[in-house]
Amino acid sequence: MSENQSLKAQNGPYFGEYGGRFVPESLIAALDELEATYQEAKQDPTFTNELKDLNSSYVGRPSIITEVPKFAALAGDVRVFLKREDLNHTGSHKINNVIGQALLTKRMGKTRMIAETGAGQHGVASATAAALFGLECVVYMGEIDTERQALNVARMKLLGAKVVPVTTGSRTLKDAINEALRDWVTNVENTHYLLGTVAGPHPFPTMVRDFHSIIGTEAREQMLTDYGFLPDVVAACVGGGSNAIGLFHAFLDDQNVRMWGFEAAGEGMNTLKHAATLNKGKVGVLHGAKSYMLQDEDGQTIESHSISAGMDYPGVGPEHSWLKDLNRAQYFGITDDEAMQALKALSQTEGIIPAIETAHALAGVIKHGSELPSGSSVLINLSGRGDKDMETVGKYFGFLGEAK
Amino acid sequence: MTVQSVLSELSSKDQPALIGYFPAGYPTSAESIEACVAMCESGVDVLELGVPYSDPVMDGLVIQQATEIALANGFKLNNFFETLKAITSRVSKPVLVMSYWNPILQYGVKPFAEALKESGGAGIITPDLIPDEAGEWLAVSEELDLERVFLATPSSSAERLKQVAKVSKGFIYAVSTMGITGAREDLDAKAKAVVSGVKATGTEVPVCVGIGISTSDQVTEVNSYADGAIVGSVFIKAYRDGGLAKLRQVVHELKAGN
Repeated sequence: MSENQSLKAQNGPYFGEYGGRFVPESLIAALDELEATYQEAKQDPTFTNELKDLNSSYVGRPSIITEVPKFAALAGDVRVFLKREDLNHTGSHKINNVIGQALLTKRMGKTRMIAETGAGQHGVASATAAALFGLECVVYMGEIDTERQALNVARMKLLGAKVVPVTTGSRTLKDAINEALRDWVTNVENTHYLLGTVAGPHPFPTMVRDFHSIIGTEAREQMLTDYGFLPDVVAACVGGGSNAIGLFHAFLDDQNVRMWGFEAAGEGMNTLKHAATLNKGKVGVLHGAKSYMLQDEDGQTIESHSISAGMDYPGVGPEHSWLKDLNRAQYFGITDDEAMQALKALSQTEGIIPAIETAHALAGVIKHGSELPSGSSVLINLSGRGDKDMETVGKYFGFLGEAK
Repeated sequence: MTVQSVLSELSSKDQPALIGYFPAGYPTSAESIEACVAMCESGVDVLELGVPYSDPVMDGLVIQQATEIALANGFKLNNFFETLKAITSRVSKPVLVMSYWNPILQYGVKPFAEALKESGGAGIITPDLIPDEAGEWLAVSEELDLERVFLATPSSSAERLKQVAKVSKGFIYAVSTMGITGAREDLDAKAKAVVSGVKATGTEVPVCVGIGISTSDQVTEVNSYADGAIVGSVFIKAYRDGGLAKLRQVVHELKAGN
């Protein structure tokens, strides 16, 4: 990669050797249609203006930046800023992508949306957009996740979506994606698959990134305008990688801005119970793209583990695999316990309750902040709020009587 | 003996063809060998031996459950080739391997192809590999003279059908309907359209129809306009519910329906 080549300008279908379209031929026409519709829509002011209007009048953008000095004190001599995606409508960054893809669904003349969800945030966001636009919505969710995120299941149902518990395979997010792909292969004529992360076949990794890149674009401008400098580090949690790439993308060509991604190390990087795809995985093909993934020597996907349903995925978006190999971004593992302690720390130092997913990024900055030069600044994507996690949190800390 | 020569010969004599799928290692390696041999003895013209995979997005519940059992019972690629060899040494029908792409990628495309050839396999059906992404496999299969089956679907453009026809050897897998594997009562009229679309490219590669075929009437119907019918889930169900005897009976019925 030459020094002058823009990393920001990479638009797939490949990021280095990663990405592509490893899907059954049955889906190619739909992917081509989606790609063509998206390319055309990007140039069409009717589309871009509608998206802009919805972002300001429905989602609540731009999201603010909050400096958190008391939390920062836990991370060494650094300043810490939070990009408050938790304040978006529906409580996380997921809505950015959902509004964009729902508009494209309408544009393609399709009447039905399907989605997969792990934590339920993407499912809730999808159900929300479906209600807003009058579309039918079916959400596939691993049976195990429907149990640990029961509140979000209720929210989706209240919004009028049908939630289908997936009982095959490991009964988590990866199997929900398999089931959504099967539905899509069958009903592709009237159905759009609203994939919720930057994984999957092209154009999803690029398109989903583009819809989330507003996070970094806003944040970069806010930092320059409000504080007069760019952060030294941008940091985010990485499950599939959508909130991280949404923050990173605007900064990719700012060579002095470092990028930290934090994966779920679950019960520990040296145990079998983690979801640290970029650190512990090998290159393979899963859900339509070539990327790092957790797998055995036969290429069978290994079940991931994380206390957080949204991080519990054995794959990762192809652009992250590329950024890792280029050493443009660094990826670290954060255990369940480190994340839970950071969740508590932000709540108690700043009065902000983050999602457990997001807490991995907070824990990562506490852990690695001291490696930075004194006075450095770190911008963290506060990707979601923690209300949905109260049952897990309550049990973990014994607030509900079941102390760990 | 290649798949293509078997299918072309049947077709030239105006005889129908039955292609039967069964997953290796289901429920165990030894039992899957016996099942596959029984299928070949009872009337299958080409055997399609499946590689169990953790994330089979093209497969319906029957095949998903069978391959999950195979994996739970310890299916491994290393003994897969022993299974394949055991079958090819006992049957006179050509055997194609059906595998999702990641197991092949992890084993190494060339090592996988070499082991397959050494074990008497004729080639590979790759359900989640489109010709656009198949560069390495095209080169390796050319070098080792292995057959390679790609999918043609009701939604494929004329341009893509041309590409599929150009790179396929053995047969072209015409997907009967938009959907995943598993029995259906009515075969989509689209199946016929896909076959004529592929034939319109001028290809000499046989075109076989799969997905949703479960009765001898459907096998007969498909063979009236295509070069063969591909059947899977019904055979697994037969074996699951009635063992080898039932499997033989169902294969025989579907073949006799011809």
